[in-house]
Amino acid sequence: MSLLQINNLNVRFGDANAVPVVDGLDLTVEAGEILAIVGESGSGKSVTMMALMGLIDAPGRITADALTFDGTDMLKLSGRQRRKVVGKDIAMVFQDPMTALNPSYTVGYQIEEVLRQHLGLKGKAARQRALELLKKVEIPAAESRLDAYPHQLSGGMSQRVAIAMAIAGEPKLLIADEPTTALDVTIQAQIMELLVNLQKERNMALILITHDLAVVAETARRVCVMYAGQAVEVGQVPELFDVPAHPYSEALLAAIPEHSIGAERLATLPGIVPGRYDRPAGCLLSPRCPYVQDNCRHQRPPLDPQANSLARCFYPLNQEVA
Amino acid sequence: MTSPIPNSVTPASPVDQSLLYPSPYKEFWQAFARNKGAVMGLAFMCLVVFCALFAPWVAPHDPSEQYRDFLLTPPVWLEGGSWQFILGTDELGRDLLSRLIQGARLSLLIGLSSVVMSLIPGILLGLLAGFFPQLLGPSIMRLMDVMLALPSLLLAVAIVAILGPGLINTVIAIAIVSLPSYVRLTRAAVMGELNRDYVTAARLAGAGLPRLMFVTVLPNCMAPLIVQATLSFSSAILDAAALGFLGLGVQPPTPEWGTMLASARDYIERAWWVVSLPGLTILLSVLAINLMGDGLRDALDPKLKNAA
Amino acid sequence: MLSFIARRLGLLIPTFFGITLLTFALIRLIPGDPVEVMMGERRVDPEMHAQAMERLGLNKPLPAQYLDYVGKLAQGDLGESLRTRESVWHEFLTLFPATLELAFAALLFAGIVGLLAGVIAALKRGSLFDHGVMGISLAGYSMPIFWWGLILIMFFSVSLGWTPVSGRIDLLYDIEPKTGFMLIDTLLSDEEGAFKDALMHLILPAIVLGTIPLAVIARMTRSSMLEVLREDYIRTARAKGLSPARVVFVHGLRNALIPVLTVFGLQVGTLLAGAVLTETIFSWPGIGKWLIEAIGARDYPVVQNGILLIACLVILVNFVVDILYGLANPRIRHQR
Repeated sequence: MSLLQINNLNVRFGDANAVPVVDGLDLTVEAGEILAIVGESGSGKSVTMMALMGLIDAPGRITADALTFDGTDMLKLSGRQRRKVVGKDIAMVFQDPMTALNPSYTVGYQIEEVLRQHLGLKGKAARQRALELLKKVEIPAAESRLDAYPHQLSGGMSQRVAIAMAIAGEPKLLIADEPTTALDVTIQAQIMELLVNLQKERNMALILITHDLAVVAETARRVCVMYAGQAVEVGQVPELFDVPAHPYSEALLAAIPEHSIGAERLATLPGIVPGRYDRPAGCLLSPRCPYVQDNCRHQRPPLDPQANSLARCFYPLNQEVA
Repeated sequence: MTSPIPNSVTPASPVDQSLLYPSPYKEFWQAFARNKGAVMGLAFMCLVVFCALFAPWVAPHDPSEQYRDFLLTPPVWLEGGSWQFILGTDELGRDLLSRLIQGARLSLLIGLSSVVMSLIPGILLGLLAGFFPQLLGPSIMRLMDVMLALPSLLLAVAIVAILGPGLINTVIAIAIVSLPSYVRLTRAAVMGELNRDYVTAARLAGAGLPRLMFVTVLPNCMAPLIVQATLSFSSAILDAAALGFLGLGVQPPTPEWGTMLASARDYIERAWWVVSLPGLTILLSVLAINLMGDGLRDALDPKLKNAA
Repeated sequence: MLSFIARRLGLLIPTFFGITLLTFALIRLIPGDPVEVMMGERRVDPEMHAQAMERLGLNKPLPAQYLDYVGKLAQGDLGESLRTRESVWHEFLTLFPATLELAFAALLFAGIVGLLAGVIAALKRGSLFDHGVMGISLAGYSMPIFWWGLILIMFFSVSLGWTPVSGRIDLLYDIEPKTGFMLIDTLLSDEEGAFKDALMHLILPAIVLGTIPLAVIARMTRSSMLEVLREDYIRTARAKGLSPARVVFVHGLRNALIPVLTVFGLQVGTLLAGAVLTETIFSWPGIGKWLIEAIGARDYPVVQNGILLIACLVILVNFVVDILYGLANPRIRHQR
């Protein structure tokens, strides 16, 4: 059984007729695997994970056929029951570390809070543990950092603290939502390495939300490409990049600057992501797809197994390659 | 396969230009009108201003005329009241409604004069403090800090203690007390504007100091000043009433709302309307002005932010 | 932390001297003969007049007079009341605890109710409660508190008879002023029912005095809370699985309180001004009433140094609030 099973997840803000931000998403994550979710801004990647964590407030509404974590039906949990899982078995690291930490409490306090809440550690034991966690995330002079305030730390340090807070509860699943986007390039590599090492050590499942395909290629085993709230392709990492099945995946890869060396313009798809009032009745990519056929405009393709991946397309590409 | 082709272009109907680019005044009014409280406040203040301007004609009786046979008559809706004195009479038989209307005149006068009297020197001092930040600026600000160290009412009380009670001294006291806020506000706004390019451009073009101060910079600082002026207006009314109540401001028999309350104290048990009504008018007027001030701030601020 | 305190103290000194200058000038500006003003008597005969001029140092140049004045202040000599012949300082000390007790009660009322109302209004934004709180708070700082006091007296004391009309305690009771705080003194004394009586006397004035601070605190807490709840670290706290109460009160309120604290401190000035009015209405024997009566009676030594003392009080409190603000907000502490 998969660690995380998401079937037909829909997230809407407003009434039942509002445009879904996440539209019929299916996703599975196995224990100990690294899954990357890629897509442009607004594709619904973060919202999906926030829905799982229970961080979506009214007027957001979540419906799903299944939203199961480690055998537990997350949809049926009460607030209190969910809070036993969130922060402990599922943890999340957010994009901007400088604002993710509470400026009025020390770093040590904020880590110990997780230990107190989920592991029942108190006093000296908690402080000791917090210190170990800081060392684990490779913060130099960890002892003195315990009593530091967030504004005294750099971006990279703050993100390490955030990671320490996330792994404090010994999670089975760690979600990293664009963890390096707000950091310097040199720090980015360090943080990614840290995450991967932690994942290997603890055999955690890691969901990496990113728009950086290079990072995906280096770290993830599986990748899920999202567009306009739907999963359009889910596949293994080297294969999906070598032989993408969905036209959108192909376009994403083509848009990488390195693939346009020598050209006058970067390769792009014409048009923009469908907004609230122009959501197509058929395939969501149909207004922009270079390979579009007539029936694409009228029917929504299901996410079907193709030669190398699952793709939401009636006419997937690269099917000859075995 | 066919992508949607736009229909053949038809000439657009002539668009009303004023709808596209509303004048600043219209834009301001639209923003202001969105705030219902502010509009209600404005409406009430218009009523008060009307009463103040046309007091002698609007008031049913002469405010100082004493009807000896009608001491402490209740308002018309209570037993013993009559339509002759709609809101009743006070302890000397004077019609309450007429006194309140006359009081509106006084309050507005006090508010307006004190605001004008402190706004002009306040802006001047603020401009000077902003344009001369080396020596003149800090000294002015220190002086303002000292003035602000005392709560405004106490400072006003102290000033009136020296000058003596009365209407004019009340206005002077309130004007002096409101001064520091204008100075501070103007200085802060001026210092913010001085770094901007348009000021440098004006300087390069050869603008002299007075022109720089009044024509270039000052108009752009007006928004917070207008909001502060509205709020000072309402504090002026409150402070004048407080001074009147303490016996230090406008003296009886002049029907200032606060002064009326001072003499009404003894009649709490017998004639509640003599106590409640003057205070109610103070409350409603101040409330109306504060609502307007809030609306003004909301209407002016976003524009300020957008313009930045 | 210490350097922060030292810096703030440094700013205090010039302001203090500014105040002494102000009060010094205040008295000199009173129209009329200075001797008559200072002594409170009319038509002093020429010989006494000359003696008085000598004694009061009024024939020295103004700067020297100012130095005299400051010198006397440094020695604790604040002059004598013209009416009671008591030392101004002694009168102040006797009456001050009453005002302090009232102010404290008012702040307690304003703080607790204001904070709660503000937090709940922020949590239930847009609800009836929210609009109600905003409306009431707007009315609160638009209203003349002396009128509000009269209305409350009319309603609760006269019509319902629940609370007494004036004073600190019923004349029946003879309480020894050990601390000057009636609530404590009544507890210490063994008179039955005295504490309750003192409490009943305190309630209405405290509510009246606390109304404006209440309005301001509620408004400020609400807007501060709304801003804080939008911050990323609130999302992080929820992602940690913390209980909603903890998220709101430990993570949210702690940060929301910071701007509220400054407002709180500024309220002291309002409180003292309000105390003047409240004490007058309720005949509460504190320094506010003392000052007003002195002004009415032209008791100038009291007026001059009473104002000085009150101003010093305000500065002192603002100083303490500044320090507390530094404690609450770590970023300010570590700034230069």
